[in-house]
Amino acid sequence: MSDPANAFPMATEVPTAPTSGMEDVDAFRARSRRWLAENMTPLHQREAQAAPRNDDDDVQHARDLMARIYEAGFAGICFPKQYGGQGLSVAHMRAWSEEAQHYEMPSRFNTPTMTIIMPTLLDYGSEAQKMEHIPKTLRGEELWVQFLSEPTGGSDLAGAITKATPNGQGFIVNGSKIWSTEAHCSDYCLCLCRTNWDVPKHQGLSMLLLKIHQPGIHVEQIRQVDGSMEFCQEFLDDVAVPLENLVGAEDDGWAVALRLLHHERAAVGKASPFGVTMPMGITVQVGARRAVSGAEDPLVEMTKQLNLGSDPVVRQLVAQGRILSLIQSALVERVSTGIESGVFPSSAGALQKLSNATTGIARSELALEIAGTGAAAWLKPGLVSQQAAFFLGRQALGLAGGSNEIQRNIISERVLGLPREWAPDKGVPFKDVRRNTMPTRDSA
Amino acid sequence: MEIPLSTDQSLLRDTARKFLESQVPLTAVRGLESNLEGFERDWWRDASELGWTSLLVPEHLGGGSVSEHGLLDLVLIAEEFGRAVGPGPLLPVNVVAAALSRSDNRTMCDEILPGLMSGREIAAWAFYEGGGAWDGQSVKLRAERGGSHFELTGQKTMVEAGYGADHYFVTALTDEGLMNCILPAGSPGLTVTPMQSLDLVRRFAHLDFDHVLVSDESVLAGPDEVEESIAWLLRLALVLQCHETNGAISRVFEMTLDYAENRYAFGRTLGSYQALKHRFADMKMWLEGCHGIATHAARAVANGTADSRELTCAAKAYVGERSTDLIEDCVQLHGGIGVTWEHDLHLYLRRATTNRVTYGTPQEHREQIARLLDL
Repeated sequence: MSDPANAFPMATEVPTAPTSGMEDVDAFRARSRRWLAENMTPLHQREAQAAPRNDDDDVQHARDLMARIYEAGFAGICFPKQYGGQGLSVAHMRAWSEEAQHYEMPSRFNTPTMTIIMPTLLDYGSEAQKMEHIPKTLRGEELWVQFLSEPTGGSDLAGAITKATPNGQGFIVNGSKIWSTEAHCSDYCLCLCRTNWDVPKHQGLSMLLLKIHQPGIHVEQIRQVDGSMEFCQEFLDDVAVPLENLVGAEDDGWAVALRLLHHERAAVGKASPFGVTMPMGITVQVGARRAVSGAEDPLVEMTKQLNLGSDPVVRQLVAQGRILSLIQSALVERVSTGIESGVFPSSAGALQKLSNATTGIARSELALEIAGTGAAAWLKPGLVSQQAAFFLGRQALGLAGGSNEIQRNIISERVLGLPREWAPDKGVPFKDVRRNTMPTRDSA
Repeated sequence: MEIPLSTDQSLLRDTARKFLESQVPLTAVRGLESNLEGFERDWWRDASELGWTSLLVPEHLGGGSVSEHGLLDLVLIAEEFGRAVGPGPLLPVNVVAAALSRSDNRTMCDEILPGLMSGREIAAWAFYEGGGAWDGQSVKLRAERGGSHFELTGQKTMVEAGYGADHYFVTALTDEGLMNCILPAGSPGLTVTPMQSLDLVRRFAHLDFDHVLVSDESVLAGPDEVEESIAWLLRLALVLQCHETNGAISRVFEMTLDYAENRYAFGRTLGSYQALKHRFADMKMWLEGCHGIATHAARAVANGTADSRELTCAAKAYVGERSTDLIEDCVQLHGGIGVTWEHDLHLYLRRATTNRVTYGTPQEHREQIARLLDL
């Protein structure tokens, strides 16, 4: 299947540098700096104030920040003006992001809402969908998730069996979706459904736009091994979806799904200009924390707390962890530059994804080694208990957003050109393909 | 190597690749196995005429580069060197040329640089003494103050291109601290013994100093500036070494991918087996990680940014280990032929292994990083 990006020009092509009629980047930067200083909270103050909050408060706070940024004219910098954006270039986005990185931002809106779903709506949404949803999202009124994976399969995305049956006015949807991030406190989703069972799997899918909290949709939070509750499973039971909520053409949902994946790769590669801000500098995710510099690396912090800094073995382990972080950010930058300049195919994003996962997993191993016996029990929770909990769930890094094995298939087949895996479902009407059975709410 | 390259840099790289392929193909490299210096002097002169030894020398001293930073050009040559398992003293000659250029010792620059840049003469860097780490603190070679000279007594080892070199760039310990100086081959009291080496063409020598006289004019850096100078030269050496290794593993990876696409077992190509495809994917990731970190290190050293120490140490520690992991895995994927003398893989494994353990081992560089992290 071909990337739809090659088939026709996409709405999400944004000029990298200012074109005529745009505000000067330096002037824009100065305006951003002034406004941020007067209206937003510096990060260090925010961290000092931060108290444990619940999801609803957090979401409401992010909505308020979004609204504030929107009113000031800094939301959706690379989105077209007619949908509430600013219609500016990537250079403006970078300038804004550099200024904004020291302030608290509604980053909850970044991914998937602004970096993945909104650009896909720009590319494939109807005019009415774009007019209805993009401005509201930029104002913080709509938080989005993707309904893609199913309990019956995650890697084989095109094998989705949540069914949308046409009924004249639209579709009736039945099935279940899983691993949607924070669906319980989000508003809308794009849901990949099967509308045609008589054609091969990629040709019978459709993408529907759904309000999450409505009769027939039951959302359950999934508790992860580390105790976190960020993922959800949804059961869809005779959900009526009007025809105007179809995104793209009927049975052409795979093209839309590929576009979601395309924008996701850009987001993972820190190259998406559609977020609230663009990520700046070296940021390597380690569990819930991000190591910006060596001094903030949790492995270093933990070693100091445990007074292990003079242990020659621990010194080797910490340094190895730091090196892996540096390699990861160097690789991400290299591959992003390579994709932008056409030296690498866009599928090389799988190298970034695989590297992110293997780096995080290796660092978690190092963390446990440094923590030592203390990882089994503690009097007070702290860095050691966090790292111990992260260790239990570390494989999520190699599963979420596409497993390591799928990334290795993509790299070997599409980047290196080795033969594709044998696929018995290829060219076969989907109804004849062997598959798993969708669990119901009762059975699950 | 940066991606993408500028037109000038592409040209520089392509010229180097063609030159190496035509002048020193692997058969020629094998032919140099019993050559005492490990390379032909005539060939080195031709190579130097392409500018390979002038890139770190500023224009006013007769050098020059293609891009703004000679180092970012030189790493392209180093990478091609690795692809070809090239013979010749690329690293030591360039490091010594950089040391001369950095010093304000115009007499020594005028005396020595022209010979190095034309390829008529070779310089070696006598730094490491065995036992300890590859850093200034481990230097014990004594430099005793005489009238207007020093007397050097002690030893140096693992001196790359040391046998047959025309000049020795030596780091020694005076009463006031370290100093860098340069002395000619054949200095009375200096004994040069060739060592046997793992690499087929990269030679090392052991140097014994018995009251070797060095005049004050030959001092390139005194105690007040030497530490910074040594640290910078080591970073240069590491950047060149990592790029050379990256060239070697890039070539090995290509060879192995090609093999997997054309070798049949059980009626299908090796490259069609998922177990092997996934290993190729991992190797590709390691390869791009190696390229990425080496590029970051090269840029940091070229621009003299504060993170250049951490990035060069990280590059060496990672590239050093990953390179041999990758080549050994490629040996495994080749099957029995991979462990024969006849197959070229071992030429690359020899080079990568040599690079892994010289100019500081991965372990030493991890220790350096621990220090930089204030541990």
